[in-house]
Amino acid sequence: MQYVVIGAGPAGVTAAETIRKQDPSGEVILIGDEPEPAYSRMAIPYYLADKIPEQGTYLRHDPKHLDSLGVRQLKQRVTRVDSAARQLQLAGGGALGFDRLLLATGSDPVKPPIDGLDQPGVHHCWTLEDARNIVKYAQPGSHVVLMGAGFIGCIIMEALAERGVDLTVVEMGDRMVPRMMDQESGNLIKQWCIDKGVTVHTSTRVTGVKANASGAARITLSCDPVGTLEADLVVVAAGVKPAVDYLRDSGIELAQGVVVNEYMESSVPGIYAAGDTCEGIDWGSDGQHAVHAIQPVAAETGRIAALNMCGEVTPYPGSMAMNVLDTLGLVSVSYGQWMGVPGGDEVHRLDSDEYRYIKLQFNGDRLIGAITLGRTEHVGVLRGLIQSRTRLGKWKQHLMEDPTRIMEAYLGATQLTQG
Amino acid sequence: MQRSLYISPDKCTGCLQCEMACSFEHEGNFNPAKSRIKVFTFHTEGRFVPYTCTQCDEAWCKSACPTEAITLDAATGAKMVNDGLCVGCKVCTIACPFGTINYNTTTGKVMKCDLCGGDPACAKACPTQAITYIDAEGTGYDKMRTWASRTDTQTAAQA
Amino acid sequence: MSWQKKILRVNLTEGSCTAEPLNMQWAADYLGQRGLGSKYLVEEVDPKVDPLSPDNKLIFATGPLTGTASSTSARYSVITKGALTGAIACSNSGGYFGAELKFAGWDMIIFEGKAPKPVYLYINDDHAELIPADEIWGKSVWDTDKILHAKHQDPQLKISAIGKAGEEGVMYACIVNDLHRAAGRSGVGTVMGSKNLKAVAVRGTKGVSVKDPMRFMQTVMEKKKILAENPVTGQGLPTYGTQVLMNVINEVGALPTKNASVVQFDGASKISGEAMHEPRASDGKANLVTNQACFGCTIACGRVARIDKEHYTVKNRPEYWGASGGLEYENAWSLGADCGVDDLEALTFANFICNEQGYDPITFGATLAAAMELYEMGVITDEDTGGVKLNFGSAEALTTMAEQVGKGEGFGMILGLGSKRLCEKYGHPELSMSVKGQEFPAYDPRGIQGMGLTYATSNRGACHLRSYTVASEILGIPEKTDPLVTEGKAGLVKAFQDATAAVDSSGLCVFTTFAWTLEDFYPQIDAACEGEWTLERLAQTGERIWNMERQFNMAAGFTAKDDTLPKRLLTEPASSGPAAGKVNGLDKMLPEYYELRGWSKEGVPTPDTLRSLGLS
Repeated sequence: MQYVVIGAGPAGVTAAETIRKQDPSGEVILIGDEPEPAYSRMAIPYYLADKIPEQGTYLRHDPKHLDSLGVRQLKQRVTRVDSAARQLQLAGGGALGFDRLLLATGSDPVKPPIDGLDQPGVHHCWTLEDARNIVKYAQPGSHVVLMGAGFIGCIIMEALAERGVDLTVVEMGDRMVPRMMDQESGNLIKQWCIDKGVTVHTSTRVTGVKANASGAARITLSCDPVGTLEADLVVVAAGVKPAVDYLRDSGIELAQGVVVNEYMESSVPGIYAAGDTCEGIDWGSDGQHAVHAIQPVAAETGRIAALNMCGEVTPYPGSMAMNVLDTLGLVSVSYGQWMGVPGGDEVHRLDSDEYRYIKLQFNGDRLIGAITLGRTEHVGVLRGLIQSRTRLGKWKQHLMEDPTRIMEAYLGATQLTQG
Repeated sequence: MQRSLYISPDKCTGCLQCEMACSFEHEGNFNPAKSRIKVFTFHTEGRFVPYTCTQCDEAWCKSACPTEAITLDAATGAKMVNDGLCVGCKVCTIACPFGTINYNTTTGKVMKCDLCGGDPACAKACPTQAITYIDAEGTGYDKMRTWASRTDTQTAAQA
Repeated sequence: MSWQKKILRVNLTEGSCTAEPLNMQWAADYLGQRGLGSKYLVEEVDPKVDPLSPDNKLIFATGPLTGTASSTSARYSVITKGALTGAIACSNSGGYFGAELKFAGWDMIIFEGKAPKPVYLYINDDHAELIPADEIWGKSVWDTDKILHAKHQDPQLKISAIGKAGEEGVMYACIVNDLHRAAGRSGVGTVMGSKNLKAVAVRGTKGVSVKDPMRFMQTVMEKKKILAENPVTGQGLPTYGTQVLMNVINEVGALPTKNASVVQFDGASKISGEAMHEPRASDGKANLVTNQACFGCTIACGRVARIDKEHYTVKNRPEYWGASGGLEYENAWSLGADCGVDDLEALTFANFICNEQGYDPITFGATLAAAMELYEMGVITDEDTGGVKLNFGSAEALTTMAEQVGKGEGFGMILGLGSKRLCEKYGHPELSMSVKGQEFPAYDPRGIQGMGLTYATSNRGACHLRSYTVASEILGIPEKTDPLVTEGKAGLVKAFQDATAAVDSSGLCVFTTFAWTLEDFYPQIDAACEGEWTLERLAQTGERIWNMERQFNMAAGFTAKDDTLPKRLLTEPASSGPAAGKVNGLDKMLPEYYELRGWSKEGVPTPDTLRSLGLS
């Protein structure tokens, strides 16, 4: 049996390891198109902040780890998948056959349709190579404009601020991290950033980027409605999308990503997808599909896909949106259906002075979503309560009165006999 | 045979000697805010519930870690955080459905129960044997393990 | 080390919070908590000040061992000039608040002045600020606790607050932390209320370090073992709490009953620790739910109780159906025996109300007992009480009045004065069972002679916790003495007073002294604190503190005339039990006591005494 995994990120590496464990004799080939050993994009901001060396971003620290598992590694780029012939086309020429294939190519950064983004001084923040460039140009006192205050934008903000740059953030949405935070928490994060000396423009669109021949700074940005901004470095963090361009003529069903069933299998039998690439069941949504480009989902779906590839039939209940973000030291978390559902109940507490916020969403007496801000203790139990569909009983009322008592609710509803 | 922490909430008086012992073992001072074991109080029921990591087989924290900073101590079964490798991304803290791995704002790393290398300080400090360290078979961790599996299988059943 | 070396000064008039270094010379001389807090008070407050004026100060003080692994390391004290007494007041509390204050990095908070409008203090480690108390002023302690937890979104927040009683000027209002632990006596909560300070909410994440961690942990382990193996601290207190005493004290004829008119109570067994364990006839459940420890405590004497849902006090009132702080011996005595009430559920309810609204059940019960005696004499009438029949033995009178005091309504306003002022108002000052304005608790000095000297000389007014000679005279700790004789009691009282002053300054609980002596304390202090702490130094620190408190009281206007007991104890013999026919022999003990103290015949510390203690 020949297993091929395309993509050497968390989903791909976890899958390769799992396949090897399940099928000690099968051929396992892991294909990656970046020169470095498998690394974790989640760790890049900490590299940018000089908190870790480049090696600190590596997924596995033993350089011989995959070799010792007998996983063959190819530094290659796959240009095409021929589903019928069970064959991959490689950029360097040549082809590679497979019996089972996992698509784990992750995401590509979204490049907004704005003129002038292809010029020196404008960088995405996605790959280690991007990070090295940003490190080079983000010198103390330099003017940096960050395009996009989404998850990635916020997470690299600290790294930029710590490098002592003069930072301006431009976000199209009406608040920060609009896909993960509601109005109140998004605004609170914005205020926090402003307090930390960052200039923040929300509801603002970059309309053009030009080389600046005359002024001190290298680049001029036109913004609506702010006007002109000058920058030595522009970092584009406008979101990501599944990296599926090479699959266009493969016959594999694509929506945003590769559409998979509960076994992580695509529309083509024997071809699976995991991580950012896949569009799987959106947990808790009555069977709708969604892309959840987050680390825990990558590892989980990589493992589940691998099990199914090896014949160990393992359904996956779907992935839940969940995120944790540290914006200049302010920790925010969101889970599941934090926007609530019709007929459900909501409770929230806001303390603007202390930058604390918590919001819980219920459907009946079950927790279905949550947002927290300024809280680092026991947040994981929110996931447990949501995904286990625990009936909270009387604890729902306790939570409606004081939503911070999540641990008590969890212990009360699951560990103690009701009395 | 591996041993586990066995918690009997009925015996707990809420004295928090366990939290002090834990913070002393890991931080060198008395600081319940940095304890890996926490006692929760149910005031109107007169109950106290010590709570910490079960070292679950699923090891959600370990599989979620993007830098291989969480590893298995084969001798004790504990999932260990390697501070040198932890970058403080907190992904494990939202992945663990028990809420027992937490971010330490002072160190910028996550912290969790490591069973003190096989001689847990909390169990030694407990004056009422509400926390003991005994053979893993048949401990009251059943309840928590059930919870762990519910997070996995019940959701599967619903999907 | 062990001290955080930092105090928080809060000027309520100006609304400012300022950090300042702890005076380490004073810490070396007065240790912490009671001693050190009192030193600051003595240095900063005119002894003649009106306790309720802005010029009085209110000090929350932890000890060096507060928040460490020493057993019972929960303690903090509130020091001020007492509203009830006009004497130096120091009320000690457990729970979790004191340790949390220490973890936030503070040894002490000094409140001065008076807030123009009600405020509360919020502390999050180094950050301290005064916040308007609009949403909690007028609320009970329990509601305040709930509101502040939700507002600050922090379940770990520890809260100390006054209830309605403190706001309404009940003279014996207390400061309640963690819902049912209290700095209870002398009206420290009344002082807090007079300053428009509703609550202190604290969260600490900095921790406490000690000088020699390994030696400290080793010592602490040994000392915890002693507590575990001692029959009182290892078994009696965890099982029955202080209520282990109810039947014992009744049997020795020292249970003051019906305003101390007699010394034994027929209903004692019905309100005892044993009774709290018995399944109720009504619902088959016991009054006691569990025992509870304060922070760090390996004894766990605290009571958690639940009232029968069908009991008249809580029927259709589900807010009182949950478990909360149950009866301690002193409270069961004051609310029960002293008022002649033997309904355990009614006592538990009254005790809940005391915690919920924040006032001292000892003074309340003793004041109600005095009012009941005046009512039965016909001095207080139905007109005064709004029609409530204040007969001894009436559970309904007890629980009705408990609620009235809590809300500052009706006859509760009069009861809120305390027994001294109440009895004076009705022309019978001799019926107030108080010394220096504070009611004595649950040990009748006719049956336990040493307690007479204890009450008469206590620096905060009558109190059992200043020298608990019951330990020796009844329990034989550290050695048995005869409770009915006066010989040797002066020395016993002095020794207990000094040792207790030292213990109260350490951060640990005086209940450890059922098993520990100062021999067990000093090695813990020495391993934790800077400097060398010996037995002699610790004992002398206790004596220094005692004399300093005495000096404050003398300067406040107290004299040897105030070192006395209610006339009843000195002239009306006990009518039953082993002490039948006896009065208290204070006159035989007091002169010897003054002499042993190195005080003049007028009870004034001599210059030599002061010099030897470094107080001149």
